[in-house]
Amino acid sequence: MKIAVCVSHVPDTATRIVIGSDGKTIDPNGVTYIINPYDEFAVEEALKTKEKLGGEVVVISLGKDANKETIRKALAMGADSGILLKDDAQRDPLGVAKALSEEIKAQGAELVFFGKQSVDYDNSITGQLTAEMLGYNCVSVVVDLKLEGNKIVAEREIEGGREVVETSLPAVITAQKGLNEPRYASLKGIMAAKKKQIEEKPAAGSEKTVEILKMKKPALKQPGRIIGTDKSAVPELVRLLKEEAKVI
Amino acid sequence: MEKFTGVDYLNIDSLYSEEELLVRDTVREFVSGEIIPIIEEYNRKGEFPRHLIPKMGELGLFGSTLPQQFGCAEMNNVAYGLVMQELERGDSGIRSFASVQSALVMYPIFTFGSEEQKSFWLPRLASAEKIGCFGLTEPDFGSNPGGMVTRAEKTEGGYLLNGAKMWITNGTIADVAVVWAKLDGVVNGFLVEKGSKGFSAPAMKGKHSLRASVTSELVFEDVFVPEEMRLPRTGGLKSALMCLNQARYGIAWGVVGAMMACYTSALDYAKSRVQFSKPIAAYQMTQEKLVYMLSEITKAQLLNYRLGRMKDEGTLRFTHVSLAKRNNCEKALEIARISREILGANGILDEYPVMRHEANLESVKTYEGTHEMHTLIVGEDITGYPAFE
Repeated sequence: MKIAVCVSHVPDTATRIVIGSDGKTIDPNGVTYIINPYDEFAVEEALKTKEKLGGEVVVISLGKDANKETIRKALAMGADSGILLKDDAQRDPLGVAKALSEEIKAQGAELVFFGKQSVDYDNSITGQLTAEMLGYNCVSVVVDLKLEGNKIVAEREIEGGREVVETSLPAVITAQKGLNEPRYASLKGIMAAKKKQIEEKPAAGSEKTVEILKMKKPALKQPGRIIGTDKSAVPELVRLLKEEAKVI
Repeated sequence: MEKFTGVDYLNIDSLYSEEELLVRDTVREFVSGEIIPIIEEYNRKGEFPRHLIPKMGELGLFGSTLPQQFGCAEMNNVAYGLVMQELERGDSGIRSFASVQSALVMYPIFTFGSEEQKSFWLPRLASAEKIGCFGLTEPDFGSNPGGMVTRAEKTEGGYLLNGAKMWITNGTIADVAVVWAKLDGVVNGFLVEKGSKGFSAPAMKGKHSLRASVTSELVFEDVFVPEEMRLPRTGGLKSALMCLNQARYGIAWGVVGAMMACYTSALDYAKSRVQFSKPIAAYQMTQEKLVYMLSEITKAQLLNYRLGRMKDEGTLRFTHVSLAKRNNCEKALEIARISREILGANGILDEYPVMRHEANLESVKTYEGTHEMHTLIVGEDITGYPAFE
C-alpha cells in the first residue's frame, strides 16, 4: 500500500515572531523553522503502518525550497521518498488542499496522514479539505488507529472524552498528540536520507478564496496586581474576581 | 522548561551543512528528552544511567564516523563533533561514555584490528550490544604512559598479561577492554574480554566529579589473551596516542555543550533574579560576566568548526587538537565557575545544572592529557624545545 504523509514547515514554537513590513506576512529573518509538531505524529504513524503492513511512504510538502529541510527530516525518520510542490506564495487552505489532492491522486496513495493542524496558521482544515477533494473518507484528531484489511477503527478526541469510529480505505487521517511517540531520526537514517530523492514540481492550482489583509500581535499582557499578602485580602480578591474579571 | 535552542551569536549554524544540523538537532532533542530530565538524579546517586545505552546505540551515537558496512553512520567529523557537543550539554559523563566507545574502543579496533576483529566487534559496539573500555593510564603513569609497567609475555597460543590500569571510564560495565601493555619492551594493544580468568575491574568510589559515569581500575593477574585477540597493527605507544587524539578532538567539541548549558542557565537566572528592585542582569558586573562567557563560547565554536573541517580534509595535526582541547576545557571550567557566581547560593543546588558541570569539567580539564601537557605539546611545536622531560 502506498501511504502519503503531508507535512508543513513552520516557525519553531520557541521562536519570536515578527510581522513583516507589509503587515501581512511573518518576517522570516532570524526565525528557525521546524517540521510542524503534529506532522511528526503523522510521519510516525505512517512509518508504523508501513512496518506492520508493508508498502511505501511518500512525504509531500507544499511551499518554498526551505521545506526540503522538513521533508529531509521525515526521510531521515524512515520515509521512502519526498515531493516538494513548489510555490513561494502563501496559499489559503483550499489552495493547499487542491495541490495536495492532485499529487496524492497521481501517487495513488490510499492512506494519507496529516497533522491535525499546522501550528503556524492554525486553520485545522487542510486534511479534511483534501479528503473531500479526493473523495476519501476522513477521520480527524485521531489518538489511536487500527487497520484491518480495508477497515479502519480510530479513536478521536472530542470535548471531554473520546469516540471510537469506523471507516474504510481510502482515507485521510489527521493526527493528534498521543497517537504515538515519534521516533528520533537515527544518525544512519540521516545519512541514508541524503541519498533519497526529493522530487520537485510546481504546485497545481493557485486561486485564492481567502486573502490575508493584516496580521496583528496579541495585546501585551497587563502586569499583575497585588491585592494583599495575607488572608485579609481574600474578600477583596473575591469581589474583584466577581465584579471586575467576571470569572466567578 | 523552555526549549533549548543553543547559543549562536555569530550565526555559525550557517557554516554547517543540512545533514550536520539535522544530526545536531536530533541529538539535541534526545538530550532534552532523555538525559536532562533524569541526569541530576543519577548524578546524586553516583550511577550511570544504563537504560540509555540501547537508545544511544539505536540512535547511532557510537562510532558514527566509521563505515556503514560495520553498522555505523559514516558521518563526517564535524557532525561527530556536534554529537559530542550536544551530549555534553547533558552531562560530561554521558559524553565520556560515547567518547570511549567511539574514539577509544571502536577507533583502535577499526584502525589496528584484523578483519575478523573488525567484523565481530564493530557492529556489536555500534549497536551497544557490547560495551568497551580503554586501559592505558596506570596508577603511577598518567602523563607519562610510556613508563607503563603492565606487561604481556608470549606463551603457548597467546600472551599472559600482568599489571593494573586506573581511571578507566566504563571499566566495570565493559564487555571488552582495549588494553595497552609492553611486549618485549614495545607497547601493544590487546582485547581482553570480561570474565577472562585473572581479570577484574572494580569500580572506583568517592568521586566528586563525573558521578553519572563509571570509573574503574583494571587488574590483570596472569590473564591469558589468545593470539587472535592482539590488535595486530598496533605499532608502539604511538598507536595508543592516536586513539587519545581522537578522544581529545571529541572533548574539544563536547565542552562547548557544557559551556552552553552553564551560560544559558546563568543568563536566564540573571534576567529573573531581582535584587535591589531590578534584575541582576541589569547590573554592569553581571553583564561583563555574561558577555565574557558569550565571547569565549563563540571563539570555541569557531575553533571547533575549523578543527572539524581540517580533520575532514586530512590536514589536522595532533598539536592543533591539543590547542583546542587545552583552550576549550579551560574556558569551559571558567564559564561554569562564573555561571555559579551569577547564580549565587542557588548555584550550588542541583536544581540548576551548573555545579554538576563545574565538578565534571575539573576531570575533563585533566583527563586525556592535562592542561599542562597540552601546553607543552603546543609549546614544543612552536619553539622546537620539548619542555616535559
